[in-house]
Amino acid sequence: MDAVDLVKVDEIIERYRGQEGFLIQLLLDLQGELNWIPRDLIDYLSERSGVPRSQIYRIASFYKAINLSPVGRHMIHVCMGTACQVRGAQKVLDYTASKLSIKPEETTPDQAFTLRKVNCLGCCSMGPVMTVDGEYHGGVTLEAAEKALKDLR
Amino acid sequence: MPRIASARELELLREGQRSRRDAKRSREAWIAICAGTGCLALGAKKVIDAFRAELRRRDLAAEIVLKETGCPGFCEKGPIVVVYPEGVHYLKVDPKDVSQIVEETVLKGRLIDRLLYVDPVTGEKDVHEEEIPFYKHQTRILINNNIKINPKNIDDYIAEGGYGALARALSSMTPQEVIEEVKSSGLRGRGGGGFPTGLKWEAAREAEGSPKYVIVNCDEGDPGAFMDRALMEGNPHSVLEGLMIGGYAIGSEEGFIYVRAEYPLAVENARTAIAQARERGLLGEDILGSGFNFEVRLHRGAGAFVSGESTALMNALEGKVGEPKPKYVHTSERGLWSRPSLLNNVETWANIPVIINRGALWFSSIGTEGSKGTKIFSLVGKVNNTGLVEVPMGMTLREIIFDIGGGIPGGKRVKGVQTGGPSGGIIPEGHLDTPVDFDELTRLGSMMGSGSIIVLDEDTCAVDLARYFVDFLCDESCGKCVPCREGLLQMRNILGEIVAGRGKGEDLDALVDIASLMKAASLCALGRTAANPALSTIRHFRDEYLAHIEDQRCPAMVCEGLISYFIRPDLCIACGLCEKNCPAEAISEEEGVGGEKSFMVIDQSRCTRCGICFHVCPSKVMAVARTSGRSAPQQVP
Repeated sequence: MDAVDLVKVDEIIERYRGQEGFLIQLLLDLQGELNWIPRDLIDYLSERSGVPRSQIYRIASFYKAINLSPVGRHMIHVCMGTACQVRGAQKVLDYTASKLSIKPEETTPDQAFTLRKVNCLGCCSMGPVMTVDGEYHGGVTLEAAEKALKDLR
Repeated sequence: MPRIASARELELLREGQRSRRDAKRSREAWIAICAGTGCLALGAKKVIDAFRAELRRRDLAAEIVLKETGCPGFCEKGPIVVVYPEGVHYLKVDPKDVSQIVEETVLKGRLIDRLLYVDPVTGEKDVHEEEIPFYKHQTRILINNNIKINPKNIDDYIAEGGYGALARALSSMTPQEVIEEVKSSGLRGRGGGGFPTGLKWEAAREAEGSPKYVIVNCDEGDPGAFMDRALMEGNPHSVLEGLMIGGYAIGSEEGFIYVRAEYPLAVENARTAIAQARERGLLGEDILGSGFNFEVRLHRGAGAFVSGESTALMNALEGKVGEPKPKYVHTSERGLWSRPSLLNNVETWANIPVIINRGALWFSSIGTEGSKGTKIFSLVGKVNNTGLVEVPMGMTLREIIFDIGGGIPGGKRVKGVQTGGPSGGIIPEGHLDTPVDFDELTRLGSMMGSGSIIVLDEDTCAVDLARYFVDFLCDESCGKCVPCREGLLQMRNILGEIVAGRGKGEDLDALVDIASLMKAASLCALGRTAANPALSTIRHFRDEYLAHIEDQRCPAMVCEGLISYFIRPDLCIACGLCEKNCPAEAISEEEGVGGEKSFMVIDQSRCTRCGICFHVCPSKVMAVARTSGRSAPQQVP
């Protein structure tokens, strides 16, 4: 972590000073800034807050929304909720993975794409659903999934 | 935003808002556009931008109100635009339509036929909400305001009567009277369990200890359900008002709203609602001059299904790992930070202002003997009109699927419905005339859950769906107790073997055995109900299990391990799409001999049965065929 990061990190830590039960919210805010939680950040957090490293790591590894390894520049989520599932989400996931030549939950070697499964995005009416960098795509066909990837390349 | 200091001032503000609105509306039309996550996914943002640009271009931006509203539920037909005062419903609106809507409908009051709802049976066009069958058969008391309110503007909510129930409770009801009202309404928890809400409130009021906490559970993890998202995004103040009334009733001055990480817009709108309520003095000290103090904090979840369980959610609120605790002592006595805590689901809280405003007697006149009021269901899967539907408890599944949902696409047969999410079960077609309420669904081996109704057609495999849920829960089980952790793993192994065609005769008995143990011995409801999808499918679709086990056949043609793909030379045009897309490089072109045309061939020894060729083959050609229970015919002699 460089000095610029630390200023921002300190600012985020300040937000939760004196609050009970802040750890998850703090990690989410930090990740919003950095996209992932590097190991030395956990060390730094522990020093600053007095919370043991083991406890921070336990929280960070339990929750799916927190990334403990770097993610690609583009984040792709394929919804695997039941409504999407019965409308062919597995095919969309398999196809997207094969186009990127990675498995779900992996990042491409050039750090361009991370592919994730997500349990339900709450857009069940228009399944299958995928999000690309936070933007929702409904009624996804294999062609539409391929096009969404091409648009980013 | 000035503070509202009393119930009287709230009334004055409401009247002011209404008369300003009505004065404006009598001269000019106003436009509501759904800006819920669903319509946004279908391009509503571009439609909204187009309207803004169009109104600016015509110099109408100051005169015509453009409102970005919550979700009215008809997600299938989004983006949805409603032009008031007439209430003209336009569906599937494209930015290209915007100029014409402003010119024709907003300014001249004329209809644009092609954007109206067309009845698939009669071909007639419906203009208003009350004529469109999807809405017509509903009883909308919780989501009716979504299309009228900008969720980011508290005054919109106040103009529609908002915070009137809070004012009433604070000024003319004792906490005990509020609890009595909720008890006699017959309201039961909408989060899944169906526990009588009033009793839960009473227990929290009588519990000793302070401070006490009230909590909104918006960790809607049930895949397939999204009514809580729609309420939290579309009408967050109705939830907040319910929470505040709950706080007053049990003697709590501190509330929490827990929203799952996957709902960024719900987080944003809840945060705005809290800030605006604080500015208006509806949160803080001496609310409406009553002496009641109340504050709310927002907590974002971080992606863990099990955290929706009440004790796990309270752990998460404390900043800990969201795992459940044993409930030897109810959370109403010792919950968050070991203090008395009242946790209800979003939809339950949203019912509270309605009950206080219109009375327990009115509320309990809706619904069945054991389940009162309405329920919002997410009607999704293989059904024509997908979306959120709010109906009285006791409506039959058939009415919901066919009258409101418009039946099954492609003329297929309905196989059954899945309700209750991963804790629920599958109800076969023969039981579609069952009235839907808490008790009837449980009787059929399923449950209400949070209210997802996933319609399945003949292309859904019951065994594969059971495997899907077990897989889902295997990933989501926190692993704290052995029956859930190990039981799910074993069920996953067995179901995995069955869908791969390696099932054994004794597998079904083994599944039932594991299920009964998990039900008896798991720590929380996740484990206790985890076997329901498997049990209900074994009960209602035993034949399908036997086809997989004895004949290595998947009747629905879903289970990859039991399907063979082949290409019909007579239909194939050798376009090469399948060859290009095959990840296993198992497809090649076979030259036609003696003037015959070329065609593609699948090398069965390399085929991984992923089915991509089947899906990419152009729909006009459909040369890729599949078979189950026997091997593919030899393509090249």
